Amino acid sequence: MLSRADTPRLPLILGFAAFLIAVFLLVPFLISVTGRWNFYFTLTSVALLSVASAGVWLTFYIGRINIGQGAFALIGAYVSAILVTKAGVSFWVSLPAAGLFAGLVAVVIGLPILRLRGVYFAMITLVLTEVVRLSALALPITNGAKGIVSIPLPGELSLFGITIIPDFSTIENPKLAFYYTACVLMVVCFASMYRIVHSRLGQLCRSMQQNEELASSVGVNIAYLRVIVFAISSFFGGLGGAMFGAIAQSVYPSSFVVKDSIDFMLNCFLGGLGYVFGPMLGTLVLYFGWDLLFELGKYQLLVYAGTLILLILVLPNGLLSIRFGRIRGLWK
Amino acid sequence: MEQVIVNGVYLGSQYAMIALGLTLIFALMNVLNFAHGQMYVIGGFVTYTFYGQFELPFVLALLMSCVTLAVLGALIEKFLFGPVIRRSAREESTMLLAAGIAFLLVFGEKQRGVPKIVDGVFNWDFRIIIPYDRVLICFLAILSIVAFITFMQFTRTGRALRAIAQDRVAAELMGVSVNRYSMIGFALGAMLAGLVGGLLVTITGVNLGMGGPTSIKAFMMVMIGGAGVISGAILGGFILGMLEAVGLAVLSQYGDITYLAIFVALMIFLAIRPQGLMGKPWG
Repeated sequence: MLSRADTPRLPLILGFAAFLIAVFLLVPFLISVTGRWNFYFTLTSVALLSVASAGVWLTFYIGRINIGQGAFALIGAYVSAILVTKAGVSFWVSLPAAGLFAGLVAVVIGLPILRLRGVYFAMITLVLTEVVRLSALALPITNGAKGIVSIPLPGELSLFGITIIPDFSTIENPKLAFYYTACVLMVVCFASMYRIVHSRLGQLCRSMQQNEELASSVGVNIAYLRVIVFAISSFFGGLGGAMFGAIAQSVYPSSFVVKDSIDFMLNCFLGGLGYVFGPMLGTLVLYFGWDLLFELGKYQLLVYAGTLILLILVLPNGLLSIRFGRIRGLWK
Repeated sequence: MEQVIVNGVYLGSQYAMIALGLTLIFALMNVLNFAHGQMYVIGGFVTYTFYGQFELPFVLALLMSCVTLAVLGALIEKFLFGPVIRRSAREESTMLLAAGIAFLLVFGEKQRGVPKIVDGVFNWDFRIIIPYDRVLICFLAILSIVAFITFMQFTRTGRALRAIAQDRVAAELMGVSVNRYSMIGFALGAMLAGLVGGLLVTITGVNLGMGGPTSIKAFMMVMIGGAGVISGAILGGFILGMLEAVGLAVLSQYGDITYLAIFVALMIFLAIRPQGLMGKPWG
């Protein structure tokens, strides 16, 4: 598995630099050349969904199947929306607040449900998604089925009088601004994921993934650890959801439903559960695959599901398992 | 009060049947069948086609639902779950497959209904009011559950299935053809889903979108009762049906919070007893 000692530094740094250049320079350049501006929205969505998927991946890392990320994304979206519209807080404050709130909810809910394992945990997180949707419908603060609409665009962020991020409504091209914001979020998220996985915490997580009782018997505080990891995972979910709400400028109870929760999980599976960057690739492939099949009309879902099933039959361990299978010593 | 209990029993009998199929598949193959709700919807559509469109007798249509779903289930096990379970490094890969199948089995969004099988309403002094067709469906559901238990207890196939559920390796060593019985078990689970779908199409109609919520309810029942245990599934189904009936009656003035309340209760319950009412504890 992943270990710090045998990971060469140079290829990693080169790969990271290439990725940054591709995301921040190459993609905007290509889009401005070809003039396909709608691609920004697609890529922004992919970036945000991969942030939420990264959270799911982290819970997989401690050996739990999490199908509840839609719930935390919805919570994040609502917290941000409510803070911005009702309390008049700046979006840039509400974004971390949404993540933290989702993390807090995860701690409260996680304490009892993280005792469950395997399929039980998968089932209860799935139910959680549905329950958060129902709560959003029932609670007065979320405005029921009408949702929260016309959320203002993110405002200016300044520190000591210096503008760091300009007001989005004054920017000529808010799509590009959202794209950059989402990509920064994604890069930071995956960098911290990489850091977590290669830290002591990551080692402890791997020990939990293999055998919780054994880990516990050699002194790993599994009850504490799994709640922490679940909270981090939900923090990512909340961030992704809040940012999504800001882009759509609206939040409905149906913004994140069971299907989204399952999609987050599928992204991780498809990318490969053994690789930190699996969720990113999985999200990209699934999202674009879905969009490309749009031409097929009512057979879209049929072809999509069929391809998915074929993929899992051919590559049961994820997409990255082919790419890095041969140069295993280098990456794994 | 009496009305609430009757509603609870009526809901519970359907729910128990759905949960039975799910728990059977889980017990045999350790697979969480996301597509269970979709199988239920397909069952409804088959009955709709034969009873509503071709105007064949209802019983024959129900039988067609069972046969179609059993064949479908057997094929899914044979060509999809079986190979993936054998080859995958992680058992969770089956969940991706199950989710893929759940997407595959649903495309389009249609609402269909069929004429009632029996008319009239049972009315006992305005304390219990229930249409006769619901009584009939409830009765048929309970009858099917009894038949299923009898089958599992007293036939050779049932015994083999129970053996696999208890310990797959040991069953194989005792000469049970695990591959064959896995297929039969999956077919049986799918058949139960199809049967409920066929029964319910006469009352609620059938809607392609209802597969997902049905699966979620089935998961809750299985968690209440304990995964992989037949008595647990039946108990879980009746408990959830009863809770829903009571919740709708008592909590209706606070809005649609029945399932919120049930979920909170479920979490507290699972914190005390993670394996459900009848489930086996770990370790």
